[in-house]
Amino acid sequence: MKRAPTLFQSTLLMKAVMAITGIILFGFVLSHMTGNLKIFLGPEAINHYGEWLRVMGDPLFPRTTALWGLRIALLLSVVLHTAAAIQLTLINRRARPRGYELRRPVEMDYASRTMRWSGFLILFYVIYHLMHLTWGNAHTDFIPGDVYHNLVVAFRQWPVALVYIVANVALGFHLYHGLWSMFQSLGIAQPAVKSWRRPFAAIFAVGITLGYIAVPIAVLSGVVGLEGGT
Amino acid sequence: MKITLEVWRQDGPRDAGRMVRYQTEVSEDASFLEMLDALNERLETEGDRPIAFDHDCREGICGTCGLMINGVAHGPRDRTTACQLHMREFTDGDTIRVEPWRAAAFPVIRDLVVDRSAFDRIIQSGGYISVSTGAAPEANLTPVAKPVADAAFDAATCIGCGACVAQCPNGAAQLFTAAKVSHLGLLPQGQTERWDRAVAMVETMEAEGFGSCTNHRECEAVCPKGISIDWIARMNRDYLSARLRRAGRR
Amino acid sequence: MSLDGLPPAQVPGGPLADKWTDHRDHLRLVAPNNRRKFQVIVVGSGLAGASCAASLGEAGYNVQCFCYQDSPRRAHSIAAQGGINAAKNYRNDGDSVFRLFYDTIKGGDFRSREANVHRLAEVSVEIIDQAVAQGVPFAREYGGLLDNRSFGGAQVARTFYARGQTGQQLLLGAYQALARQISAGTVTMFPRSEMLELVVEDGRAVGIIVRNLITGEWSRHAGHAVVLATGGYVNVYYLSTNAKGCNVTAIWRAHRRGAFFANPCYTQIHPTCIPASEEFQAKLTLMSESLRNDGRIWVPRSEGETRRARDIPEGERDYYLERKYPSFGNLVPRDVASRNAKAVVDEGRGVGPLANGVYLDFADAIERQGRDRIEEKYGNLFEMYERITGENPYQAPMRIFPAPHYSMGGLWVDYNLMSNLEGLFVIGEANFSDHGANRLGASALMQGLADGYFVAPYTIANYLAGHLGEAVAVDSAAFDAAESETRERVERLLAVGGTRPVDVFHRKLGKVVWDECGMTRNAVGLERAIGVIREVRDEFWSDLKVVGSGAELNSSLERAGRVADFFELAELMCLDALRRDESCGGHFREEHQTEEGEARRNDEEFTHVSAWEMEGPGDWVEHREPLEFTAVVPTQRSYK
Ligand SMILES: Cc1cc2nc3c(=O)[nH]c(=O)nc-3n(C[C@H](O)[C@H](O)[C@H](O)COP(=O)(O)OP(=O)(O)OC[C@H]3O[C@@H](n4cnc5c(N)ncnc54)[C@H](O)[C@@H]3O)c2cc1C
Ligand code: HEM
Ligand code: HEM
Ligand code: SF4
Ligand code: F3S
Ligand code: FES
Repeated sequence: MKRAPTLFQSTLLMKAVMAITGIILFGFVLSHMTGNLKIFLGPEAINHYGEWLRVMGDPLFPRTTALWGLRIALLLSVVLHTAAAIQLTLINRRARPRGYELRRPVEMDYASRTMRWSGFLILFYVIYHLMHLTWGNAHTDFIPGDVYHNLVVAFRQWPVALVYIVANVALGFHLYHGLWSMFQSLGIAQPAVKSWRRPFAAIFAVGITLGYIAVPIAVLSGVVGLEGGT
Repeated sequence: MKITLEVWRQDGPRDAGRMVRYQTEVSEDASFLEMLDALNERLETEGDRPIAFDHDCREGICGTCGLMINGVAHGPRDRTTACQLHMREFTDGDTIRVEPWRAAAFPVIRDLVVDRSAFDRIIQSGGYISVSTGAAPEANLTPVAKPVADAAFDAATCIGCGACVAQCPNGAAQLFTAAKVSHLGLLPQGQTERWDRAVAMVETMEAEGFGSCTNHRECEAVCPKGISIDWIARMNRDYLSARLRRAGRR
Repeated sequence: MSLDGLPPAQVPGGPLADKWTDHRDHLRLVAPNNRRKFQVIVVGSGLAGASCAASLGEAGYNVQCFCYQDSPRRAHSIAAQGGINAAKNYRNDGDSVFRLFYDTIKGGDFRSREANVHRLAEVSVEIIDQAVAQGVPFAREYGGLLDNRSFGGAQVARTFYARGQTGQQLLLGAYQALARQISAGTVTMFPRSEMLELVVEDGRAVGIIVRNLITGEWSRHAGHAVVLATGGYVNVYYLSTNAKGCNVTAIWRAHRRGAFFANPCYTQIHPTCIPASEEFQAKLTLMSESLRNDGRIWVPRSEGETRRARDIPEGERDYYLERKYPSFGNLVPRDVASRNAKAVVDEGRGVGPLANGVYLDFADAIERQGRDRIEEKYGNLFEMYERITGENPYQAPMRIFPAPHYSMGGLWVDYNLMSNLEGLFVIGEANFSDHGANRLGASALMQGLADGYFVAPYTIANYLAGHLGEAVAVDSAAFDAAESETRERVERLLAVGGTRPVDVFHRKLGKVVWDECGMTRNAVGLERAIGVIREVRDEFWSDLKVVGSGAELNSSLERAGRVADFFELAELMCLDALRRDESCGGHFREEHQTEEGEARRNDEEFTHVSAWEMEGPGDWVEHREPLEFTAVVPTQRSYK
């Protein structure tokens, strides 16, 4: 079964695109996570952070220009990353039309095996998450601009918190393999780098996951709450 | 020892194929293929068609043999081809399942025999250094630092068995292709064609219908020669820089 | 015996050292624009075949290349471990073309053609250059230059090596050169194709008949020249170090069509192989000869010893090689080491469960040099041994025994590597070659590549030059006859309709040949063997059972065809061994030994090549090519 070079001409290029977009997305989740942690500094800190996001770049650009720039970059990354993921999945399916009666993985781990699932989980989660905390249409009591309030109200409902926790654990798995894998895809395996690729991926995967789920857990456990009660 | 075998039987490329069960009795000093030999002798005596499987050197060097044994390419022992695997790796009473390599690019010919000619075509597309007979300079004119020579050797030990493809969840031929791209790309003799070689071999590999590499590391784990996935990284690097160079030239 | 009928060997005149240069300077040439008008058939893709097909392709000829494996890269040359000799003298230890020539001809016990051996030594240096330029990763020193080692007891370090995989790396070099020509369109490759007949027309080879091993389809291929590079035939012994598919069929078919078979009884038995462990053993594995540098060989003093090796006290061990050959000890040449091992096993002092081996003990070496040093030198071999036997050689001594390894005999060729049939060239292990009665270590790779890269391309051009403008076609009567005879033969194998599968007969045949025409031979045994071989052959043809048809992948059918040819070869081997009433190299006639049990040559009567012509089934005529030595004086070997 012959196949002409596809979308990005070759699977190697596609993988490079995935790695680069992956790095961009990684940069975002890392800084977003740090931003979220401001919740522990109180309502002003996080609300101010939410506002800062919008005035970023000011006075060079009008309000929210930089934010939109970032948004476009992110959106583009997600689109490319996802398109490549789908494309590669199709190619790989075609490369083994008939599976084994019995197959025992030797080296591959849970994370690498579930990249497609964790990836799509993240995608669906993000859509929900935007509707939930950015646009508010999936939120029960959304107050534009009051990030702190929105978060606390949301995570006091345990099913919502659970969705967030599950999704962010999936993100952790995705990063655990992805952050290691991108070095391979970009051809970075020199001895000096090789020894810290795995620790690097593990530390950030775990760190980012913990950083994110700290928020719903803190709210659930009452460490973070609304001053006035309710 | 008594062994129950479940072997993939398939008459020809278009036949659907199925697993067939056999009972055998074998010495633990026998090799895995010798067990199949003995079973075949019995089948033949009884008038049944023997199980077709590929093999030649039986020393782990020609790369002809290749069986999926209990779901692992070349079976349970590390760095060991199917022909070098011995029955003492199993225990009396075991059930062993034997299947052919499965990949779109390796169509089954019969039973456990597959067509690996795609590998030859990958090499034909650039896996060589263009030096015609007689055109070679004195050998010691070009020193090659020992670490470079040793690294090139490590990559060059690939026996072309196809276990990497068989084991890879994506049916990717990355390890095989990378081994040759790296072997030649490391040596000073191979520099002139380095970039074109990487592009040509990768693109032939893809056109043959192999899958893509998502860095599962299964290939390295079953490779009888322990070829490292570092070579895959190196091939990616060479391929990407070759592409950038081409783009730059345009 | 007859002298007439054997064409001249075409050895050029002049001083030995200038013969090849002079000859090459006067060979005829084919102009570049005419080359594509020639079809050349190359059967075999080992070192000899791949290098020859690639070189001819590069020159611009139209080449068709065949092998029975699924890829040309898998030819049995891939298995060679030790190394390849070349007279580079990089070590400044006094090596030279002459010395390599001398060692090779002496190693062959003065039974090879002097001019050929000298040429081999001359072109050896070019092989290394070519291989390095192709990217063959030979071992290097820290300065980045090529490393050498001394091999098989040579007094100079002239062996180039690539860890224990020299054959693999050289073959991949040649394979890649071949792949380049395939993609350039000059070479068409036919893998999984077995040549089952040579087509001869008026004494000239004009093509071959091939069976596709997947579909069973027959095809005819015509060429201006046919090159056979189909390797050695020691699988006649059933158990050997050769790949399972190695066979005599290609050259035997040519022999049946009139090509002379030279020195069939010259086979080499390698001393360090892992002994057989069970009845269904399919092949024997070679352990590199280098192990003898540090291992000590011994057996118990008394027969029927049952203690474990470690429990046998020093005083009850017999280090028989050290005892008999104080100066060479464990490093005596292959044939001497092999024969002595057989002798002690025959005395009932063999070791292992089947009492079929001798110990190769590293205890002293480990104690003296430390385990790390031994591991560094032989780690991969020890691992391989452990994989196969399940025993750990760091703790218990290895068990080894000799096994058939190489065939020095093969089709007779002249100095141009052309057989007595015009247009039929034979190269590599398939010809009777440059190794006389015994091959030195690291010289088969050298010969295969010398033939394929640097000799045959010239001599084939010389031959083709005389045939410009001639058309080749596959529709002649000769092709018709050859194809129908071959098909019929395959049908006959399928039609026997007996009760036993082919391997049963092959094992039987192997045992006879091993017992009577193996490491040692004698007249009585050989005569008996011929009788037994005929009996077993008749059994084969009346009781063989091959399941399936000829129109499909049928490996039993393939093997049956090969074994049928081995039967005929075995008879000729015994006949040749019987006729050669002397001992030389690997051919040890018990009647001819010195007081100390060494081979005793009879230069007076046997300084010749025996080239056998087949007259009919079981009926051969011997032609003799006298051997002359101008630059060396044949001496008696001594390793005391
Ligand atoms: C285990 C081992 C170790 C060795 N180590 C060394 C060493 O260290 N140094 C050294 O110098 N030598 C060594 N030798 C010897 C050396 O490897 C061989 O003599 C040499 O490689 C033979 O090369 P060849 O090209 O003549 O034949 P091969 O490599 O055997 O090739 C034969 C080719 O012919 C094809 N063929 C055969 N029959 C047919 C047919 N009927 N139809 C179509 N195709 C056919 C096969 O497919 C194959 O391609 C070793 C040999 C063995 C077995
Ligand atoms: C528990 C974990 C998380 C919490 C508490 C959280 C919280 C928030 C909040 C409060 C906002 C709105 C900010 C604002 O409008 O000012 C937001 C926006 C956003 N979040 Fe999260 N987030 C979490 C995890 C994630 C993850 C894992 C992703 C991506 C994979 C993500 C992607 C986004 C995106 C894309 C936006 C919109 C940014 C914009 O363009 O305005 N979030 N998040
Ligand atoms: C915040 C979001 C995301 C981040 C940070 C991220 C990061 C990464 C990284 C770094 C890689 C490794 C790339 C490589 O090996 O070169 C990767 C791979 C992958 N991603 Fe994502 N990703 C994200 C979202 C997604 C989404 C939304 C999907 C799917 C819809 C997805 C699917 C995949 C898949 C299938 C792979 C494996 C591809 C392969 O190795 O070939 N990812 N991701
Ligand atoms: S890389 Fe390893 S597994 Fe793949 S073909 Fe080469 S030797 Fe076999
Ligand atoms: S197993 Fe497959 S995914 Fe890549 S690392 Fe090996 S080719
Ligand atoms: S048969 Fe040669 S590697 Fe297994």
